Amino acid sequence: MTGTSSDDVVIQADRLTRRFGHVVAVREVCFAVPRAAIYGFLGPNGSGKSTVIRMLCGVLRPSGGRGLVLGYDVERQAEAVKRRIGYMSQRFSLYADLSVEENLDFYGRIYGLSRARLRARKAELFALTGLAPFATRLAGQLSGGWQQRLALACALIHEPEVLFLDEPTAGIDPVARRELWDLLFALSARGVTLFVTTHYMDEAERCTHVGYIHLSRLIVHGRPADLKRLESVTPPGTRRVEILGPRPAATLSRLRSAPGVRDATLFGETLHVLVEQHLSDTDLIAATGHPPDAVDLRPIAPSLEDVFVTLSRQHAGRGGDVAGAARDVA
Amino acid sequence: MNGLWAILSKEFAHIRREPITLFFVFVVPVLQLTIFGYAINTTIDDIRTVVYDLDGRQESRELVAAFENSRKFRIVGRVHNEAGFDHALASGQAKVGLRIPPDFSERLLRGQQATVQVLIDGSDSQVATTALNSAALLGLMLSLGRGRILAESLQLAAARDPAGRLALPIDVRPRLLYNPDLKSAHFFVPGLIGIIMQLVTLFLTSFAIVRERERGTLEQLFVTPVGRGGLLLGKLIPYALIGFVETLIVLVVMVFVFGVPIRGGLLLLLTLSLLFLFTALGLGLLVSTIARTQLQAIQCAFLIMMPSILLSGFVFPREAMPLPIYLLSFAIPVTYFLEILRGVILRAATLRDLLPQVAGLTVCCVAILCLSIARFRKQLD
Repeated sequence: MTGTSSDDVVIQADRLTRRFGHVVAVREVCFAVPRAAIYGFLGPNGSGKSTVIRMLCGVLRPSGGRGLVLGYDVERQAEAVKRRIGYMSQRFSLYADLSVEENLDFYGRIYGLSRARLRARKAELFALTGLAPFATRLAGQLSGGWQQRLALACALIHEPEVLFLDEPTAGIDPVARRELWDLLFALSARGVTLFVTTHYMDEAERCTHVGYIHLSRLIVHGRPADLKRLESVTPPGTRRVEILGPRPAATLSRLRSAPGVRDATLFGETLHVLVEQHLSDTDLIAATGHPPDAVDLRPIAPSLEDVFVTLSRQHAGRGGDVAGAARDVA
Repeated sequence: MNGLWAILSKEFAHIRREPITLFFVFVVPVLQLTIFGYAINTTIDDIRTVVYDLDGRQESRELVAAFENSRKFRIVGRVHNEAGFDHALASGQAKVGLRIPPDFSERLLRGQQATVQVLIDGSDSQVATTALNSAALLGLMLSLGRGRILAESLQLAAARDPAGRLALPIDVRPRLLYNPDLKSAHFFVPGLIGIIMQLVTLFLTSFAIVRERERGTLEQLFVTPVGRGGLLLGKLIPYALIGFVETLIVLVVMVFVFGVPIRGGLLLLLTLSLLFLFTALGLGLLVSTIARTQLQAIQCAFLIMMPSILLSGFVFPREAMPLPIYLLSFAIPVTYFLEILRGVILRAATLRDLLPQVAGLTVCCVAILCLSIARFRKQLD
């Protein structure tokens, strides 16, 4: 089976499972990623994100279920998958003692690019990433952000249709992080499908689709806007309010024990609170214990963080017994 | 074979960028060979000896002179009391103590048996054995000398030589083949070549692969379409080449610095060296499939090097080993290669003479390469 399946789905996981001995690292994960999507794959450390990526890249054999990338089975047609994908790992995994250009040459040769094609691709990637001035610099001497750009360039040398990025922005500065995301958007605009794992919620907000994996199960996936409208996140008869006031940490514990307040979380200087509809703004301000003129209220939609925190609490509360029945909102 | 050229050129770039590797490969073995070649000298002379002479007359002085003239013993001091004698031995100032009793000369003159006590420090068994044998031989020769004088005076003889002089009844005439001067270098240096070849190849190969695993670049390679064969050969060929050049250098040092000539066929020697080189590369590959970090690789490599040095017959003769260990030594590839090296270099052995060793080495080579290649997978689990 080759080519792409219906609706131009590029990556498909079907009850994908991986066990390490008795430990189940990934349990019956199902999702589909359409062409040119930026799929953000989120979850706490050790939840199974990297394991899913490794299985989809054909370097780790699934223990059960199956994964399709560009229509190729990741288990039986692993080498066909590898020729068509790019992969950027969470650690810097280039050759520090080779120059920028030598690293690109190496990966170009590995993918069997002809001399002319390699030269053309290098020129394109230099233009895309701005690495040209550093061509002769040793990779190990680049700063973190530039190293990630080089890793991206190496992963793109053979013009893959799908790019897997495992925490590409871990440990690099905010400016470099934003610039890397600009590159990813540019790639997506060219039709490259991106599968990105990350810890950062602001990065998740930039994705066209997100999935959240918790305790080795995918508990939710879909478009960010759809996820924020989920009833299980903001149940009927409740609303979300942002509170700006003095001493938010002290206010948090007061609010949590107040009647009518379902949930309260600290976001920097503000509090995000899930309250029942009948609780009026005045009641809520009274519950904070501050004078009314010291507190600002405004209604908000849930952030993706609210979505994931709420859902993983519910998931943990049910003893993780959702049996792989991930909420499909797509 | 996908990507072989890419891996090869990258590997050579690594070596170019890290000249310390080349230093390790080409200079260190020569230094090792020179140092070990000179330092490992099993011919023991000049054992430090202390004399406690209670007699002091001509016969006893002659006895001390005989010890000194044997060159095996060197008189480092004379003591005049029991405490000094004990101290000289206990402190290690002397390895041998010679005590001549007060009635030594008198007993000899009266035709009675005189007893000389030789105390030997047994802590270093090789020195002690040499001292023991030399002292016993010396006593025998001196006694024979006295016996000969007596026999001459009595016109009696157990045997005579063609000229009619007194002679030993049985004349044993040993002749040393292949290494007539019994030079230690002739024995050790060819063996050292095998040990150094294995040491360098084993460490280089295992490091070249484990380093990639440790730095995450191997995982990156697994995600590419590079073939297993291309990856393996690309990793092994550079170090096979380096190993071969190193063999040539070490052989040159052996011939021109230590004056150990290659009596057998050079082509045969180099061909069999290549066979051994592939075995050592296989061992390196095997280590790299076991070790996750470079530290583990070092430990693993030492685990292989220890028996290779101690049990292969490089230092201790295998014939003297207990049976289980002797059998174990057949599983060590360098055992065969040492016999090949010594055979070709010292005894001008031909392929036919060395058939069992060549067969043994071939079996080791094939087994190790098969095992390590089977273990080396393009998978992470």
